[in-house]
Amino acid sequence: MTKVAAIETKGLGIGYLLKGGRRKVVHDDLNLRLVSGEVTCLLGLNGAGKSTLLRTLCGFQPPLGGEIRLMGKPLSGYSQADFSLTVGVVLTEKTNAGGITVYELVSLGRHPYTGFFGQLKKQDRAIIEQSLDAAGIAHKAGHYVSELSDGERQKAMIAKALAQQCPIILLDEPTAFLDVTSRIETMVLLHRLAVEQGKAILLSTHDLDLAIQMGDCLWLQEKGRPMACGTPEDLIMSGAFESFFSKEGIVFDPATGKLNTEAPVSPVGVEGDFLTSYWVGNALIRNGYRPSPVKEGQLNITCKGPHELIVAFPEGVRKELRTVAELVSLIGMGK
Amino acid sequence: MNCIIFAGMKRQAFIFYPFLCVLLLLLFAGGLVYGAVSIPVESVVNILLGEGTERLAWQNIVLQSRLPQAVTALLAGASLAVSGLLLQTLFRNPLAGPSILGISDGANLGVAAVMLYFGGSLSLVADLPVSGYLAVILAAFGGAASILGLIIYFSAKVKSNVMLLIIGIMVGYLASSLISVLNYYASTDKIHAFVMWGLGNFSGVSLQQLPYFAGFTCVGLLLALLLIKPLNALLLGEMYAANLGIKIRRTRILILLCTGLLTATTTAFCGPISFIGLAVPHIARLMLGSSNHKMLVPVTLLTGACMALLCNLLMVLPGTHNILPLNAVTPMLGAPVIIYVIVNRKNIQYFD
Repeated sequence: MTKVAAIETKGLGIGYLLKGGRRKVVHDDLNLRLVSGEVTCLLGLNGAGKSTLLRTLCGFQPPLGGEIRLMGKPLSGYSQADFSLTVGVVLTEKTNAGGITVYELVSLGRHPYTGFFGQLKKQDRAIIEQSLDAAGIAHKAGHYVSELSDGERQKAMIAKALAQQCPIILLDEPTAFLDVTSRIETMVLLHRLAVEQGKAILLSTHDLDLAIQMGDCLWLQEKGRPMACGTPEDLIMSGAFESFFSKEGIVFDPATGKLNTEAPVSPVGVEGDFLTSYWVGNALIRNGYRPSPVKEGQLNITCKGPHELIVAFPEGVRKELRTVAELVSLIGMGK
Repeated sequence: MNCIIFAGMKRQAFIFYPFLCVLLLLLFAGGLVYGAVSIPVESVVNILLGEGTERLAWQNIVLQSRLPQAVTALLAGASLAVSGLLLQTLFRNPLAGPSILGISDGANLGVAAVMLYFGGSLSLVADLPVSGYLAVILAAFGGAASILGLIIYFSAKVKSNVMLLIIGIMVGYLASSLISVLNYYASTDKIHAFVMWGLGNFSGVSLQQLPYFAGFTCVGLLLALLLIKPLNALLLGEMYAANLGIKIRRTRILILLCTGLLTATTTAFCGPISFIGLAVPHIARLMLGSSNHKMLVPVTLLTGACMALLCNLLMVLPGTHNILPLNAVTPMLGAPVIIYVIVNRKNIQYFD
C-alpha cells in the first residue's frame, strides 16, 4: 500500500527575511514527506527551528527557498481560502475565547464554509457535532471555554480543526502544559484521528517518551544537519537518536529508550519474570547500573516475582530479598 | 469558577432584544418629556402628533431641541459603544476604547486649533466662509481622520496589535501636548469656549444637521454589523483567524475605518464623550454572558443607545432648571462598571 504524501517539500529553506533583503536561514534543504493516516512527531531542542518549520508549513511565513507541495499542488497555487480548507492548525497562541461556549468555538472551524454572516446550516451543525464527538469533548459542548481544563481546551481546539475538515492538521506543542493523563489522551486521540479519518497529522513536541510510543513517524530536527526521518524504532536502532542528542552531552540509551547525562556501564545480570525484571532494570539504571543478560563473574538478579528477588554476588553468596527497595539499599551499600 | 453571573443567561439571550428595545423607547420618550423646562405629557404628545399646543415655546423646545437631542444621544451612544467593542476585540484588550487610540485626541486637536488659534472660524485658513459650529465640526472630523490615517499607516508597518495600541496612545499624547501649547497661548474666553466643548453635550446637533450626523453614524454601524464574522474569528487570535481564511490586514483596516468614522462623527458633533465606549461593551458582555459577536454587537449597540439616553436624562438636575455637563455624568455610570470588571476579572469568563 503506498501512502499519499499530504505535504512534500523539496530543498525547502526556512527562516526569516530581515530588513534590506538579508536572510536568516534557520534550516536549509529540507526534503520532507508528511503522510496521510499517520501521526508524525517533530522533535528538536529549543532553537532547532521546530516553530519556524511549522509556521512555514502553516503558511504564516514564506519559505526562503525550495518548494512545498500540499496534496500534490504547490503551496503558491493556494489562495488563503483554499489553504484554510486544506490545513487546520492548533497553536500555542493565547486565545480570548473564554466567553464563548465550546460549541461556538468549534463552530468557528466552519468559517471557511459559511457565508458572509457565518450562519450555520444543518449540515454545518452535523459536522460540528461529529467533530465534538470525535474529539471526545461533546459532553462539554454547552460549557464556557474558560471552564475547561488545559487538556479539555486542547481537545476543543482539535475539534475546531476537525470541523474545518482539512486533510492536514498541524499542531504546535499540543501536549505542553498538560498533565500526564491529558497528554496521553491527546496523543491517543490524534492517533485515532489519523487512522480512522486518514488525516495527516504533524505535531511538534518535547515529549520524547510519548513520541516514541505514539508517533508513526519521527522527524528529528537539529541545526546544521539534515532532518532524520523514520519510524521511531528504525531511528533508534540505526543510531540516529544517539548522534542526535550526543552533541549536547546527553546520552540516549537505545536499550531502554531513555535519556540521561551518562549511560550506566557496570553490568548487572537480570532474568526471570518479565514485569519484575523490567522494573528491577528501571531501578538499576537509576542507581547507575546497566541491566544485562546473566553472566558469570558479575552481580546477577533472578526475579521470581515482585516479592521474590534472588541476588547472587560474584563471590557466590546468595541473598533473597522481598522488595525492590531492599535491593536498592543493598546494591547502594556495595558501591 | 464563579458562574453566578452567567447561570441560565445563555438560554434567555433572545429576551434581550425586546427588553432593550422597550427600555430604549421608554428612555427616548423620557428624553422628550423630561427636561429643564417642565412641559405636561399631554402637550408633548400633542406637539408630536402635530396638533399644536397653547404655547409656541413648548413646541419649539420639543421639536427643535429635545427631539434632535434624544436622537443624537441614541446614535452617539450606539456609535461609541460599538466602536469600543470593535477595538476591544481587535486589540484583545478589555481596556481599549475609542479614546485610547488617539482618535478622539485628534478630534480635540482639530477643534482646539480652530477655537484657540484661528478664533473659531476657518476663514483664516482657507477662503471659505466657514465659521462657528460648522468650522468646529469640520476641524474635529479632520483631526480625527488624520490621526486615523496615521494609525492605519502604522497598522501596515507594525504587526502586533499591542504595539499598535501603544503607538495610538503615543499619538494621543502628541496631540494632547499640541493642545496644551495652544491652550497656553490662547486668551481666557477662548479657553473657556474650548473647555465647554470638551465637556460634551448631545444638544449641539440641530434639526438641520441631524440628517448628516445620522447618515454617517448609520453607515458606521452598518459596517460594524457586517464585521461580525471576522470579529468572532479574531477571538482566537490573528494566527487562528488567518488559518480560518480571514484576511487579517483587510479586516484590521476595516475595523479601524469603522471605529474611526463612528468616533470622529460623534466627537465632532457632541464633543469628546468619555466612558460610554469603554464601559458599555462590558455591560453587554456581562448581561449576555457571552462574547459571541453575533449577539454582542447588536446588544452593545442597543445598550450604548440606552446608556446615552439615560445620561441625557441624568444631566437634568431634578427639581431645578440646571443642567450638568455630559462628561460629569458618564463617569458616574461608567467608572463603577470598569472597577467592578477589574476587581472581578478572575470570575468573568471572557478574560480567559
